[in-house]
Amino acid sequence: MPSISRDEVAHLARLARLAVTDAELDLFAGQLDQIVGAVAAVGSVADQDIPPTSHAVPLTNVFRADQVRPGLTQAQALAAAPAAEDGRFRVPRILGEEA
Amino acid sequence: MIRKTAAELADLIRTREVSAVEVAQAHLDRIAEVDPAVHAFLHVDTERALNAAKAVDEDVAAGRELASPLAGVPIAVKDVLTMQGATTTCGSRILEGWHPPYDATVVRKLLAAGMVILGKTNMDEFAMGSSTENSAYGVTRNPWDLDRIPGGSGGGSSAALAAFEAPLAIGTDTGGSIRQPGAVTGTVGVKPTYGTVSRYGLVAFSSSLDQAGPCARTVLDAALLHEVIAGHDPMDSTSIDAPVPPVVAAVREGQGGDLTGVRVGIVTELGGDGYQDGVLAAFHGAVEQLRALGAEIVEVSCPSFDLALPAYYLIAPSEASSNLARFDAMRYGLRTGDDSTRSAEDVMSLTREAGFGAEVKRRIMLGTYALSAGYYDAYYGSAQKVRTLITRDFAAAFDKVDVLISPTTPTTAFRIGERVDDPMAMYRADLCTIPANMAGNAALSVPCGLADGLPVGLQIMSPALQDHRGYRVAAAYEAARDAAQGGALIHRVPELEVAH
Repeated sequence: MPSISRDEVAHLARLARLAVTDAELDLFAGQLDQIVGAVAAVGSVADQDIPPTSHAVPLTNVFRADQVRPGLTQAQALAAAPAAEDGRFRVPRILGEEA
Repeated sequence: MIRKTAAELADLIRTREVSAVEVAQAHLDRIAEVDPAVHAFLHVDTERALNAAKAVDEDVAAGRELASPLAGVPIAVKDVLTMQGATTTCGSRILEGWHPPYDATVVRKLLAAGMVILGKTNMDEFAMGSSTENSAYGVTRNPWDLDRIPGGSGGGSSAALAAFEAPLAIGTDTGGSIRQPGAVTGTVGVKPTYGTVSRYGLVAFSSSLDQAGPCARTVLDAALLHEVIAGHDPMDSTSIDAPVPPVVAAVREGQGGDLTGVRVGIVTELGGDGYQDGVLAAFHGAVEQLRALGAEIVEVSCPSFDLALPAYYLIAPSEASSNLARFDAMRYGLRTGDDSTRSAEDVMSLTREAGFGAEVKRRIMLGTYALSAGYYDAYYGSAQKVRTLITRDFAAAFDKVDVLISPTTPTTAFRIGERVDDPMAMYRADLCTIPANMAGNAALSVPCGLADGLPVGLQIMSPALQDHRGYRVAAAYEAARDAAQGGALIHRVPELEVAH
């Protein structure tokens, strides 16, 4: 049975951009370990030669005509922004100090 | 008036026996009276509802043809579908106060049909859950017993029906979120064939599984709503370009009460150990009723269904971990921790930590794990193979029978709080409903009796694009059930305390 350590949960949280607390790390480590242990049952088909299904409807390459159609105005797109400036989304710094 | 079906209300409005405004007002009054106890709604828009009703009354008065067979009928919409003029929260803090800039296709169709939208209903956060306890805005209570869960994720929609706050509602079903709440509240819930109801404006949880559908108190009402919301939509690239299955006609046929020649398969794997005795008793009672209606009953084995639950809890979280990456604190929704010194990445992490609840975090991390290098083949890859096996099992079964049946849920409504600390116990509520999502075929739940005073659901599964088969069987069964029990099951729901 696989096991998920506290450090592994911390790593997953970093990948998923979740600033989890120490208390959550303890809680989630136990719960995720239990869940992964249960869902690992799918491993019984791992070695079988079965094509994977990613989607119930086998549609590929759905095309539409390349026509201009109305979209959101700049004001509509920015209406729910946490911060906006000069008609653009204002975001915190995205580069490190030394960059 | 609030106890009438949607079909009855539509007729009364059309023939001017009551006005749409009176119907809307009666439901708004009922919401004001009982929703403090039930908490089915996150948002009620009285003015909008009355204006929509008034427009229908004007059409009736002017002798104009009404927009649809459900014109003037009130409806509640799960708060996972975007609708302009109101907030869409998905039961999450991260979207608190968010006003979407466009209408979901389903909402647009309801408005075009002249239906009266009462408001938005409570749900588990981002539709992840089986009890509506994961809403950031408080639990919804089951009108059959206010100490019990109304199912989830669409517990608000099903509770609104059972509390007679609305005659119809919209739900969404990724692993059972329409059918399981329907089962535990004694209402009808339908998951249409995947791709037949547009996902445009449905905030994505697991894109390959999510499907909107009708919630109602009768099979006919569900079918009438089904025909309003279904149909091809170029705005959804997974929408199927096929005619809407003739579900209303199928209900009329089913109401005739003759199922001679219909082959019904009981799924061996969905029953037995782990199922509540009362649930199995009600289910077997339904089977005998179907037999009495002339259906041929056989047992069918679908061995891969045993792996459906584990595969689902890899596929759905994997897709969710990707879909919920859009909540990044940059363009809309919550932003916390932006003190002008922190980086965008730190603000993002702090916002997601503050804005998401525990179940959403668990699933994002589980999905991130399942998709990680080194684990992908063992988990996500194997789950996709299971999905193929489930689809094959359905195909083989539907070679032998017209529809498949099972209990909708292993147990009746459990007590609020009973499973919140045990994710795996919560997940098992979806044991019977998940296979149809994995294969994409149609499935519905219709009430089939009570166990210890709580409703039990009969699940009827149909092949893809053959939704009408399930409706026909459900309508025949419903009519026979009501005749045998001296009235509709839903009218046995206890009277709620009325707030003044």
